[in-house]
Amino acid sequence: MENVTMEEQLVYDRPESMASVQTHYCPGCTHGVAHRLVAEVIDEMGIKDNMIGVASVGCSVFAYNYFDFDFVQAPHGRAPAMATGVKRVLPHRFVMTYQGDGDLASIGMGEIVAAAARGENITVIFLNNANYGMTGGQMAPTTLPGQKTSSSPGGRDVEVAGFPIRTAEMLATLDGAGYVVRRSLHDPKNIRMAKKSIRLAFETQKHGLGFSLVELLSTCPTNWGLTPVQALKWVEDAMIPYYPIGDYKVNPALKELKI
Amino acid sequence: MPPQGRIEVRDNYCKGCEICVDACPQGVLELAPERLNIKGYHPVELIEQGCTGCGICAIVCPEAALIVYREVKSRSQ
Amino acid sequence: MAKELMKGNVAIAEAAVRAGLNAYFGYPITPQTELLEYLSSRMPELGRTFLQAESELGAINMVYGAACTGARVMSSSSSPGVSLMMEGVSYIAGTELPVVLVDVMRGGPGLGNIAPAQADYNQIVHGGGHGDYHPIVLAPANIQEAIDLTYGAFDLAEKYRSIVVILADGSLGQLMEPAELPEMKPAIMRTPDWATYGSEGRERRFLTSIDLDPSQQEKTNFRLEHRWQEIKANEVQYKEYYLDDAEYAVVGFGTSGRIALSAVRAARAKGIKIGLFRPVSLAPYPEKELYELSKQLKGLLVVEMNAGQMLEDVLNITRSQIPVEFYGRMGGILPMPEEIEAEIDRMVNDPTETDGHPRDRWLARFGKMN
Repeated sequence: MENVTMEEQLVYDRPESMASVQTHYCPGCTHGVAHRLVAEVIDEMGIKDNMIGVASVGCSVFAYNYFDFDFVQAPHGRAPAMATGVKRVLPHRFVMTYQGDGDLASIGMGEIVAAAARGENITVIFLNNANYGMTGGQMAPTTLPGQKTSSSPGGRDVEVAGFPIRTAEMLATLDGAGYVVRRSLHDPKNIRMAKKSIRLAFETQKHGLGFSLVELLSTCPTNWGLTPVQALKWVEDAMIPYYPIGDYKVNPALKELKI
Repeated sequence: MPPQGRIEVRDNYCKGCEICVDACPQGVLELAPERLNIKGYHPVELIEQGCTGCGICAIVCPEAALIVYREVKSRSQ
Repeated sequence: MAKELMKGNVAIAEAAVRAGLNAYFGYPITPQTELLEYLSSRMPELGRTFLQAESELGAINMVYGAACTGARVMSSSSSPGVSLMMEGVSYIAGTELPVVLVDVMRGGPGLGNIAPAQADYNQIVHGGGHGDYHPIVLAPANIQEAIDLTYGAFDLAEKYRSIVVILADGSLGQLMEPAELPEMKPAIMRTPDWATYGSEGRERRFLTSIDLDPSQQEKTNFRLEHRWQEIKANEVQYKEYYLDDAEYAVVGFGTSGRIALSAVRAARAKGIKIGLFRPVSLAPYPEKELYELSKQLKGLLVVEMNAGQMLEDVLNITRSQIPVEFYGRMGGILPMPEEIEAEIDRMVNDPTETDGHPRDRWLARFGKMN
């Protein structure tokens, strides 16, 4: 005899690697989604106790409060250098930097390029929200042509301020890069893809395949002057055409991995 | 019959951003109009039957504020 | 152990290795490059970490990261490179991490040149980075001293969770002298209760230099200041030469102190009762000792390879109670013993001009060289 009864199953709960605190991020900011995905991946890989995170300067300066594992906090733009220092003396630990676009693609461009070129075996979570969030929405290297910010009130004039930087594409040209992709956090499908990429980035590090970076297109509803839902739409309509989602560098060994 | 599900909201994490309200395929989420959490936000809540436990609300939630359950068939001898 | 003939930069590097240096991060810059070159083969040979960074900014932040884990770490550079490191130095101080930094000073400002100078005194001793912090600063005058100070610098850094700077100059870096090396220690990786090396078996930790709450930040500031008081009470180092019956003294650190010693000996041979006071720890400065000494003196000559940076500290310490004279060379030029001897003669035999600031009088005498 077989009895069929209905039973409640847990589909989703807060990952253990997230600390039990409320974040300081604005409502609807996708930093929180990125944090959650990183924490989920770390839980799934069971590497929480082997992690050292490196927080940067910008909205994610307090990232160390939100993850429940060891963390250090770097000067503006220097997280890849600091992570290099950690990783070189603790090669069997997992080392991650969490950086925004002002931090990584402007003041820290030297450090990120050098780390990628060295094939530094670290994982970089790179949030691109097309402005400096923490200081109130100034023009960033990623600000789109014509995009209005508090320091480009007439819209980014490329004749004066030059052109946005496509970080993932640029870093992918370096031989030291093992895994460099761009993903977006604007809808469930893309969030799922982003999580898979974060997993692959950490797998890249686990297997010693070199530098890994996941660029995440992210929202800044407060500084963009949009509701959280409108901001997600703006990512899809305005950012993705300039910053295409894609795999820019994938070490062939990663394709063999069964996760 | 679609699967049955439900969510629990960790009220104090929720910032009332409404991303889950917009993303819910069943349209069964809304911000609680008369409740505020410790930070002064109206937290999200399940307003009617129809949740399938698909988990999309949790996937888009920036605060990891949602716990999702789904009913599944359990077989026993 | 027998003495070996060693170049200053190499001797400092090997002393650090023997002190259990776990990781070195640096960037080439003359006149300290041999230090980096030496470690580029020596560290891997011992299975330890050597990395040539993309810049001094990269190097100091690699040191910052590695120091967070409890590893013994060091970087080295020369003046312009050290300027670039100042951001990281302030952060390291703010995070209270033990780090050893070697500055082999050269002429400046700007790119200056690659010849020896001591013009980083203010930048290092009085803090070139932002915020209130005090590195321990040690100035060797010969290669044996450079070895000994470097060897002990790591323990000192770890004891006080402080930055220790070995402040040398290009001539000491390039000089060859016989010296004895200390015993070899294995690479040191400590697990102090603040370090972040993975949280297995304990609560997780974080290290940061930010505190948005001013009252909490002020507590940190007070803690650093109180620790500095402790360092001042315990870690002063200096050398005295011919001071017991001295009526006059020269004050000089590092290479200028070493050169001044020749001038002092020559003056003694002529019957002038003069000695040399050479601070070894520039921070903490031997304030009490110099003040006590000044009470027995009729005059004091400060000699530096800069425009009188330590001079200001000496003036503060001696409280205008005795005449102070200054002699400096700049731009990468070493003062010759004869030049210092001439200054000693003038101070002793013709002490008439004492108005104004010693730097002004020095400039009036020597400023018309070009």
